[in-house]
Amino acid sequence: MKDVREALMVGRNTEGKLVRRPLSPFMLGSAYKFQTSSLTSIMHRITGVALGAGTLLLTAWLVSAAAGDAAFSVVQALLASWIGLVVLIGFTFALFYHFCNGIRHLAWDAGRGFELPAMHRNGRMVVAGAVALTVAFWIIGFLVW
Amino acid sequence: MSNENTPSVHIMRSQLGRARGLGAAKLGLHHWWTQRVTAVALLPLSLYFVLSVLMLAGADRAQVAAYIGEPWNTVLFLCLVAALFSHLSLGLQVVIEDYVRSDAKRMLTLLVAKGGVFILALACAVSVLKLAF
Ligand code: HEM
Repeated sequence: MKDVREALMVGRNTEGKLVRRPLSPFMLGSAYKFQTSSLTSIMHRITGVALGAGTLLLTAWLVSAAAGDAAFSVVQALLASWIGLVVLIGFTFALFYHFCNGIRHLAWDAGRGFELPAMHRNGRMVVAGAVALTVAFWIIGFLVW
Repeated sequence: MSNENTPSVHIMRSQLGRARGLGAAKLGLHHWWTQRVTAVALLPLSLYFVLSVLMLAGADRAQVAAYIGEPWNTVLFLCLVAALFSHLSLGLQVVIEDYVRSDAKRMLTLLVAKGGVFILALACAVSVLKLAF
């Protein structure tokens, strides 16, 4: 054993022989049904990491604005191109999803909302809320643009 | 020494640490708590950022500079940068620790991720200040 975590995996079978204890299967896969709770959970991680990638755009935007007109118009044109807009729509959805589900996480941390029916309901509310906020953002965005 | 019936582990804890018996340094709790504090800070700050972006849609550089240069906007953007990147740094750390199992690779990935996030944070903060002054 090289890793302390391995110590938890050691057990004895009925004959007293040391064995490696079986491990429950990974949460995603054929062993468990994929459902609201697993979807909203993995989405929180995916959107968190995606937003991390999105900070590259935020940085490009701020740095180019500080650098000067030439740099800024390049970044502005990239963001306003159709591919830029598709990427930005993705990031706004990621932000709104992570925002809504983040509130759900904070409620759990406060010990609230663990009952299964409520959890499934507010999980669907988070997805619907994120979609609604994204649509609203882009409608307003195109109107003021 | 190690035969089939004696389990043994290498424990990464010093004899002195065991003798003092003070327990963990609470770094895990600090990580968890800081992630929640930055999350709560990001609730209003990210809404403020979204509204700012909407107001600046189609703006040219001078208008962006004038907006970020307003004292309160400078302060809020700096708060946003601080909260956002510390939250990201802690978040990425957990993801990396979950998936990168080998010690050497994990340490390397963590160093690259934390270093990268730090550089981005600094680049954003310096740009905001440059736009303001
Ligand atoms: C808008 C407000 C935000 C709130 C309320 C929020 C909330 C949270 C919470 C509560 C967690 C912990 C989840 C857990 O215990 O598994 C978390 C994780 C994370 N957040 Fe945020 N967050 C916000 C914004 C952001 C932003 C802007 C980014 C990226 C720049 C981000 C990146 C991450 C990452 C990478 C994780 C780790 C994901 C994981 O462990 O699975 N978050 N967030």
